Amino acid sequence: MSGGVDSAVAAARARDAGHDVTGVHLALARNPQTFRTGARGCCTLEDSRDARRAADVIGIPFYVWDMAEEFHESVVDDFVSEYAAGRTPNPCLRCNEKIKFAAVLDRAVALGFDAVVTGHHARLGADGLLRRSVDLPKDQSYVLAVLTRAQLDRAVFPLGDSTKEQVRAEAAARGLAVADKPDSHDICFISDGDTRGFLESRLGSAPGDIVDGRTGEKLGTHNGAYGFTVGQRKGLDLRVPAADGRPRYVLSITPVSNTVTVGPREDLAVDVVTADRPIWHASSDISDCEVQLRAHGEVVGASVAVTSESLVATLKSPARGVAAGQAIVAYRPDPAGDIVLGSATITAGSRASTHA
Amino acid sequence: MLPAALDAYVAAARELGNPSSLHAAGRGARRLVEESRERIAAALGARPSEVVFTGGGTEADNLAAKGIFWARRDADPRKRRVVASAVEHHAVLDAVEWLGRHEGAEIVLQPVDGAGRVDPAAFAALVAAHGDEIAVVSVQWANNEVGTVQPVAELAAIAARAGVPFHTDAVQAVGQVPVDFAGSGAAALTLTGHKVGGPVGVGALLLGRDVPCTPLLHGGGQERDVRSGTLDTPGVVAFATAVEAAVAERAEHAVTVAALRDDLVGRVRSAIPDAILNGDPADRLPGNAHFSFPGCEGDALLLLLDAQGIYCSTGSACSAGVAQPSHVLLAMGADDGRARSSLRFSLGHDSTKADVDALLAALPGAVERARRAGAWKTPG
Repeated sequence: MSGGVDSAVAAARARDAGHDVTGVHLALARNPQTFRTGARGCCTLEDSRDARRAADVIGIPFYVWDMAEEFHESVVDDFVSEYAAGRTPNPCLRCNEKIKFAAVLDRAVALGFDAVVTGHHARLGADGLLRRSVDLPKDQSYVLAVLTRAQLDRAVFPLGDSTKEQVRAEAAARGLAVADKPDSHDICFISDGDTRGFLESRLGSAPGDIVDGRTGEKLGTHNGAYGFTVGQRKGLDLRVPAADGRPRYVLSITPVSNTVTVGPREDLAVDVVTADRPIWHASSDISDCEVQLRAHGEVVGASVAVTSESLVATLKSPARGVAAGQAIVAYRPDPAGDIVLGSATITAGSRASTHA
Repeated sequence: MLPAALDAYVAAARELGNPSSLHAAGRGARRLVEESRERIAAALGARPSEVVFTGGGTEADNLAAKGIFWARRDADPRKRRVVASAVEHHAVLDAVEWLGRHEGAEIVLQPVDGAGRVDPAAFAALVAAHGDEIAVVSVQWANNEVGTVQPVAELAAIAARAGVPFHTDAVQAVGQVPVDFAGSGAAALTLTGHKVGGPVGVGALLLGRDVPCTPLLHGGGQERDVRSGTLDTPGVVAFATAVEAAVAERAEHAVTVAALRDDLVGRVRSAIPDAILNGDPADRLPGNAHFSFPGCEGDALLLLLDAQGIYCSTGSACSAGVAQPSHVLLAMGADDGRARSSLRFSLGHDSTKADVDALLAALPGAVERARRAGAWKTPG
């Protein structure tokens, strides 16, 4: 129970469904006085009190579990080292994979609980299939697709059939004060929202070149390649305008040479995506599915070939802003909610053919 | 709340009156307050004028530690040392640490032995070496976690011989062990209502007439000019009723509760042979049983026992809701793991053999489960 409206309503629904429910709030900061005092994120002291209050209203026991060490090692350190390696990690996904449905689940099972209930917006029904939420803008199946079959078997997502608006209305009807609490959008361990500043404090300043992807010309300098993400347009601070006067985007990051390569929008387009560490729930050769390449990103048609170690997706139309480190999640469209076929971690995007 | 204390509270709450007012209603309230002061003084071997009502134990501890420090240091700038045991309640420990951070106090924490006791000889040596630099000493009467009773009279006598005011936090002791303010030789003593069956939010500092003390709260000076604020007449009356009853019933209560506690301790030890009883095995609060269960997290045990209707406490301070290892156990020499594996069972007047039976029925399974739950953190 993060202290937000979703987990509070999820807990209440699980209790109403007849389960013996215990509320758990995760303390994720090593030093409770540091990032737990910020007004943002989802692990402040105020959030902990909100979660406790919600548990009291629902009428369930409530505990704070200290997962700071695990969170730091599996999520924060991973976040920093992924950026240092020129990739763009998704810490929420990593937290689901390593904390909520691993460390928390393992502890809960050992204590005699059967499952972890969360307020994620995704559907997981009797058929065991993970599907998108009915509320597509709030759908979180993308950051849950990393869960293995065993993890999904011990997961309960009571909110997938409801829109966020319905969840808020239900919270209000249940007398939960968090009903109108704003959504959290930021990375919870970067309390001021300044990701680049956070990375700079961890990785130090590492000046390098920004070069043109077509000509190889040096266009400017940066203070650390880790501050950039493929597809990024803002914050390049280039003094040399492009010949055609059009905006330039980050095309790639090369940690070895500490180079950020930029170019026009069309050079971002890729139609083959390779990925590793697949978690796959379907047949290994899918000729027709949809893939999503970042959280809340566009969905494109693709064919996918999967082995135990890798995944190759051939896109039916080019995608832009495909960053290594993000997840590729494959879906099969379905009237009862698009079904997650599996997920993998993007290693590269490339162009197999020339699109006009 | 004790029924007699609750009745006294309700009866007093029906009456109008501010004990500081001069009119008839005020006089009526003042009479209730002063009678309460006399009853508490009589029950605890103090003079009525030594009873300073406060908003509870935390305020009384803060008043003693900070107030006596300020007054003594202002009178003599050399008196900057504040001595406290390492196992004090946070109401004392944090107040003392604040004096160190903000008021230039030099904090001397007296270590304790494996049973949680302060060594009088070590304390005597400290007083002999630095007596003229010590502003105030604070050593609890009995520990709130492990139940160890301190040699208060012995320590107070050492301080008194050097002219150093000795404060004792007796919140846990009143009604559990004999507490006599004059007999103890302490200069100041903290007690609170809710630990003796009285209301929450009212307590007292017994403060010797000749002990200098600067107020924490400034205002009307209602309590001997040491504490300001309109007194809560119903709370004070209920507090006095509860103190009187707790002290009157103490001896008999202690015998029955200690027998039940000894039964609990013996049965826990045979059921969980590696359980460690913390605190002084003999000189401890009658209702206190405190164990470490190696390999378990206290938190996990608490969750499992709570689910079976058994209420116990990890006794550890919560910092941002995260259980920290108990400073008391760490001071007693326990390592982090043992400190985190501990749990306190408290017995009161209404505890029965059936309660102990219920605990013993649930505990072995809970310990086994908590051990498994702890294993994920330390693989292999």
